Amino acid sequence: MDSKPVAKSLISKKIDGFFIDLYSAFQFIGRFFKELFTPPYEFKEIVKQCYEVGYKSLFLITLTGFITGLVFTKQSRPSLSEFGATSWLPSLVAIAIIRALAPLVTALICAGKVGSNIAAELGSMKVTEQIDAMEVSATNPFKFLVVSRVLATTLMIPMLMCYTGFVGMLGAFLNVHQNEATSYITFFQQAFEKISFLDIFASTVKSIVYGFTIGIVGCYKGFHAKNGTEGVGRAANSSVVLSMFLIFIEEILIVQVTNSIR
Amino acid sequence: MQDSNYNNSQGEVQISIKDLYKSFGDNHVLEGANLEVHNKENVVVLGRSGTGKSVLIKIVCGLLKPDNGIVNVLGKDVPRLNDSELQKFRLQIGFSFQNSALYDSMTIKENLAFPLIRHSKHLTKKEVNAQIESVLDDVGLLQTINQMPSELSGGQRKRVGIARTLILRPQIMLYDEPTSGLDPITSIEINKLINHVRHKFNTTSIIITHDLTCAKTTGDKVAMLFDGRFIKQGTFDEVFNTDDERIQNFYNYNFIQ
Repeated sequence: MDSKPVAKSLISKKIDGFFIDLYSAFQFIGRFFKELFTPPYEFKEIVKQCYEVGYKSLFLITLTGFITGLVFTKQSRPSLSEFGATSWLPSLVAIAIIRALAPLVTALICAGKVGSNIAAELGSMKVTEQIDAMEVSATNPFKFLVVSRVLATTLMIPMLMCYTGFVGMLGAFLNVHQNEATSYITFFQQAFEKISFLDIFASTVKSIVYGFTIGIVGCYKGFHAKNGTEGVGRAANSSVVLSMFLIFIEEILIVQVTNSIR
Repeated sequence: MQDSNYNNSQGEVQISIKDLYKSFGDNHVLEGANLEVHNKENVVVLGRSGTGKSVLIKIVCGLLKPDNGIVNVLGKDVPRLNDSELQKFRLQIGFSFQNSALYDSMTIKENLAFPLIRHSKHLTKKEVNAQIESVLDDVGLLQTINQMPSELSGGQRKRVGIARTLILRPQIMLYDEPTSGLDPITSIEINKLINHVRHKFNTTSIIITHDLTCAKTTGDKVAMLFDGRFIKQGTFDEVFNTDDERIQNFYNYNFIQ
């Protein structure tokens, strides 16, 4: 048997599958916006999900944010001290944290923790027919499960980003204070000297986009889980991989746009 | 034994399925299925695994769209209902899933309260609790009210699943394999419950199963599904008093001769 036609057919099936998936993902996003603006609204569920996404991520975010700030300052110090420029540390750290590290670290942590959690939860509900059960009891599962979760991640991740920035700066301050005995006020004055409104605005926009991405990818993967428990694991895993990939693509695009405005 | 109090008069047709077709890719599941279910009638759909029994009731409640054919339930053309009409229509339908489909993260009480609170907003907390207790009592599981679904046995989960559908007082009940995975004694209890539900709640039901004991105990009419079509319909005895080899084979493989 000639293996070429078989391989060709497999490749064409993969390409077909990719475009069908893409179409289905855009349909899913379209349905999200349609349901978002159609009453009734699931306020209770949205508040519950905000608590799940925001409050329950605080410990991990505090730890990673603080360590990021501390380690980044520690690693930057030797290079700056070669030029006798350690006084630039606060502004350098502030630029790095506010422009890039806080949104990225928050998004990556949440893609791993929140995104996989959403995909696994919805995936498990899908394969055990709980989503169908919700539908036949005249409850719109898309509105109840998807809209509430995507809204929660879109609202909470910008807030977590601000918190990560604050904790990261605290970590940086501790290192600077330990080495140069710089006061709290001086450190923050120096740090925010180089920060503009555009930096804060761009980071907020970034984290809103990341939050939406994490929520929608987690829900999409969970909602389309199949093949039992194996499918649930696959949904959780692919949700994390795809979210992280999209976050980096979005980072590049937003940085390009911001730099062209600056 | 079959429910003796039932008078199988030809009442109003509640569910009418005509020339129903459904395929999944190259897999042709239903190929011209026809079925009528009358008011307060229990119809058992029998057939081997993969013959499209579950697909049939998922089409009846609007979870799946047919490729072709007419599905008229309570006077409504189900495949042509829009989203909001479908939601209203589903309040009249109860669906008991094969694996119960209880919400894992909620207690039994919360599982039952979930549909009730959403669709009966005028009820006070006291009234909601009273209705939950009443329906749990009907299925004999009042003591499990504060337990989690994972703490229940398979039979108990099935009962709670039925209770959850009953809380909205549906006119039509759809049971998907109500006795699958249960021991014979628990299966008999579930069969009794199905008959009790019909009496107490005046429901019209379609029961999907391949369990002949369940079919004989609960069904006023039995419809045999084979290769996507109903090959014979009638009482249990009418269906199985036949020379049709396909039906004979099915009967012989179920150990109740």
